[in-house]
Amino acid sequence: MTTLDTGPAAAPRPSFFNDPVIRGIVYQLVVAALLIAFIAWIVGNTATNLAAQNKTTGFDFLWKTAGFDISFSLLPWTRASIYWEAFLVGITNTLLVAFIGIVAATILGFTIGIARLSSNFIVSTLATIYVETIRNIPLLLQLFFWYFAVLKAMPAVRDSIVLPLDSFINQRGIFVPKPIPDPQFGFVWIGLALAIIGVIVLRTWAKKRLEATGKRFPVFLSSVAVLVIVPAIVWFISGASVAFDPPVLERFNFKGGLQLPPEFVALLFGLTIYTASFIAETVRGGIQAVSRGQTEAAMSLGLKEGDRLRLVIVPQAMRVIVPPLTSQYLNLTKNSSLGAAIGYPELVNVFSGTALNQTGRAIECIALTMLVYLTFSLLTSAIMNWYNARVSLVER
Amino acid sequence: MTEVSATTQDRATPHMTVSKTNVAIEVIGMHKWYADFHVLRDINLKVMEGERIVIAGPSGSGKSTLIRCINRLEEHQEGQIIVNGTELTADIKRIDEVRREVGMVFQHFNLFPHLTILQNLTLAPIWVRGIPKAEAEATAMHYLERVKIPEQANKFPGQLSGGQQQRVAIARSLCMQPKIMLFDEPTSALDPEMVKEVLEVMISLAEDGMTMICVTHEMGFARQVANRVIFMDQGQIIEQNEPEAFFSNPQHERTKLFLSQILH
Amino acid sequence: MSDIGFVRADLVPAKPAPNRTSGAMAWAQKNLFATPVDTILTLLGLLFLTWIVPPLFNFFIGHAVGPNGTVEECRAIDAGACWAYIYSEMEFFIYGFYDIPQQWRPNIVFALGAMLFVPLLIPKAPFKRVNAILFLVVYPVVSYFLLAGGVFGLTEIPTEKWGGLLVTLIISVVGITLSFPLGIILALGRQSNLPVIKTLCIAFIELIRAVPLITILFMASIMLPLFMPQGTTVDKFLRALVGVTLFTSAYMAEVVRGGLQAIPRGQYEAGASLGLGYWQRMYFIILPQALKHVIPGIVNNFISLFKDTSLVYIVGMKDLLEAVKTKNDSALEWQSANTATTGYLFAAMVFWVFCFSMSRYSMYMERRLNTGYKR
Repeated sequence: MTTLDTGPAAAPRPSFFNDPVIRGIVYQLVVAALLIAFIAWIVGNTATNLAAQNKTTGFDFLWKTAGFDISFSLLPWTRASIYWEAFLVGITNTLLVAFIGIVAATILGFTIGIARLSSNFIVSTLATIYVETIRNIPLLLQLFFWYFAVLKAMPAVRDSIVLPLDSFINQRGIFVPKPIPDPQFGFVWIGLALAIIGVIVLRTWAKKRLEATGKRFPVFLSSVAVLVIVPAIVWFISGASVAFDPPVLERFNFKGGLQLPPEFVALLFGLTIYTASFIAETVRGGIQAVSRGQTEAAMSLGLKEGDRLRLVIVPQAMRVIVPPLTSQYLNLTKNSSLGAAIGYPELVNVFSGTALNQTGRAIECIALTMLVYLTFSLLTSAIMNWYNARVSLVER
Repeated sequence: MTEVSATTQDRATPHMTVSKTNVAIEVIGMHKWYADFHVLRDINLKVMEGERIVIAGPSGSGKSTLIRCINRLEEHQEGQIIVNGTELTADIKRIDEVRREVGMVFQHFNLFPHLTILQNLTLAPIWVRGIPKAEAEATAMHYLERVKIPEQANKFPGQLSGGQQQRVAIARSLCMQPKIMLFDEPTSALDPEMVKEVLEVMISLAEDGMTMICVTHEMGFARQVANRVIFMDQGQIIEQNEPEAFFSNPQHERTKLFLSQILH
Repeated sequence: MSDIGFVRADLVPAKPAPNRTSGAMAWAQKNLFATPVDTILTLLGLLFLTWIVPPLFNFFIGHAVGPNGTVEECRAIDAGACWAYIYSEMEFFIYGFYDIPQQWRPNIVFALGAMLFVPLLIPKAPFKRVNAILFLVVYPVVSYFLLAGGVFGLTEIPTEKWGGLLVTLIISVVGITLSFPLGIILALGRQSNLPVIKTLCIAFIELIRAVPLITILFMASIMLPLFMPQGTTVDKFLRALVGVTLFTSAYMAEVVRGGLQAIPRGQYEAGASLGLGYWQRMYFIILPQALKHVIPGIVNNFISLFKDTSLVYIVGMKDLLEAVKTKNDSALEWQSANTATTGYLFAAMVFWVFCFSMSRYSMYMERRLNTGYKR
């Protein structure tokens, strides 16, 4: 055996270009330089092109009068409104259809996802057919179908189809009576708020009592009862009433009532039906991810079916479901931009469409539009990261 | 197979008492099919209170299916299963009644991963038995001490080793104060060095006179604590006997073959 | 206690299951009438089927007007789908305004594509590498010259005339083949430990994934010409392709990243210990394994892309959906109550057939890969 030299010999320095650190820096410098050159080239070209077209740049246009109509708006809108307001109208319209769509798609998607797992052959087959049909057809095509083939193919105003409850459906959309609550009705809302607080208190109390005495309380039924009875009593005592303003056919169109424009209805239908098929798959996957052994363990402990679902299966399935579910919500919000193709005045339509065409400020309009979606996305992923950190299962 | 330490071996058997009159489980002429496949054929079995039974047999012989029928995780199609005087039928009330009194330990533990160890143990006592939380927690700590891991009470199952998880699973069943315990290959998913700690818990349970049915390949355990060893093959009980006689003098050809394979 | 000794003398033979566990009755009992709730659901389901199936059947087949029907039949009061309209406009739906005498050119492109693509999908087919190079490199070049013409004595046909299914297929195939290498580079960049490169890749991927495709298409169609030096014109078709490719590459990068993360560290270390450089390690060891893992993900991406191609309609491209919509709106000689519906249903069926078969393929590959893992 030879004696090894264990003295602290300094590692030989690699030659300059073989040092991985230096190499890394060189690579990055090259990439950065190329990128900067590329951007400079684009900026230069754009400036020349814009100058040649006599176009100006900047965001000053936001405070100029827009001068166009928007067919549907929650915010007050006139032709005298400014572009900034158009931007806000676009955002609210996007959020409106996205919010209602998310609620509806969640309900429909969970129902179908659970139905797919049903032991009932007919129920699960119908659910499978729904999912496999809907998610393999482009959303835009479905929107066209609902808008052009169904809603626009409705009869003209004169020949409106009469629905129950003073509602009508025709080419111009769905007309329903508009509820007009009287001032007293505010009390009912207060009653409802009180009922909600009451339910929260009730649930806390029931949990405390269960822990203290082991006695169970029918929380669900009593919660429903509180939610119905308290506002009903308030309604009765306050004598509040709701008047309904029904749509009335006049010479050319309906007057009064609440008009749901066909663009809105078609977009809502399309988004809900399309997204529900993806949510259904998410839900199915989440429930299937909880192993059969979990159910068996809960059974063998004597837990009844309702408790098994509530205490063991659902909490575990939700951990799997929630992250992809939020990305479906985000997808629905992004997909609402397809409303532009059927004339629903959402953000892309109003701002990257009409406003862009009128002002010619393409870069500004598209950048602002993208910024809004980017904000939605970043907000959502921030919330998701927080949620994941909170619920992720602790592993060794 | 793992040898259980000499000390535990010495204190085994003597004071374990088997009731002569009280029947814990009775299975009469039971058959079960999976679709067209006849998995359990003409099973007859009577288990007295305090009896400890080991079921052995090659894989696919129906051992697990048999004990899963006893708390109706599987449904049987013919014959009778009577547990603690309650006959198992499609009646959900009876099934719940039986499941409350019968504890089960699974091969893959099946702890609830989203709950802490303590919550795993108190879940069923609170929601099924209606025991106040404080009391349920006290009981849970008692059993955790018994399986020698009280310090893990506030951890999650994912943070425990396999052996620890299986001991928690046993404690979880015990918290329901069951009259009968079923073990479905409780040690086969464990690393060898963890088998012993689980077997020791099972042995101490046996010493307390718990009625037990264990599906296991641990023949050392069978020799030491079982009153009876049952050998199954092709969905039927081929042979049963006291452990001594069963291991030293197997009668049936299939038993001999099986034992020669498993005991080297 | 030797009375417990028991030895079975004769084995119990297997008996057929009682009716309760096998046969049609048992099946119905288990899958249709297991509980009272199940029975109600079954009845509701049957009610729903009897309500919905006859009208659907009548619309699609029963009262539908066949390929050789006339518009008068389509206008009949209880007429169903007007398949005659689809049949007579089929050429337009497939080729758009592509010159009719020249339609043999797209036909050759279709046939070549199928010949090269199908063996690529079959895991056991030989010559994968050659096949892939032919499909990904040679085929697009050949197809471009065949379709656009202007060389070898072929008449020039400008892209404005291309349309229908032809355009849908071109955009999706080009989109996927270009976004694939781009996605790999982005994924590698995201995994890189060089901070500048990593940040750039993350920023690009996350920005693209955050915004809707339609805004990217707007950007490509409106802003791309602005970015180019003065005087250059960018073909409309090319703009859409750039938009679609950038969009898909971000999603592709995320799929590939999943594959890269699934490769055990040992593989990287083994590669390094063999003295391979970064690119050699990636090319010979990591990517082949990673990509194999994510074939289902890639196929799913392809399905999304295929559906998303319909959005190019919004920036004025003429794909299948546009062709159908144009005819629905403008074919006065076929106007009837069901023309538009029939047109959209036809387009839906075309998209569905492509997407559904791809999703089945992706599921098949997933199963195959899973079993490959176990061994």
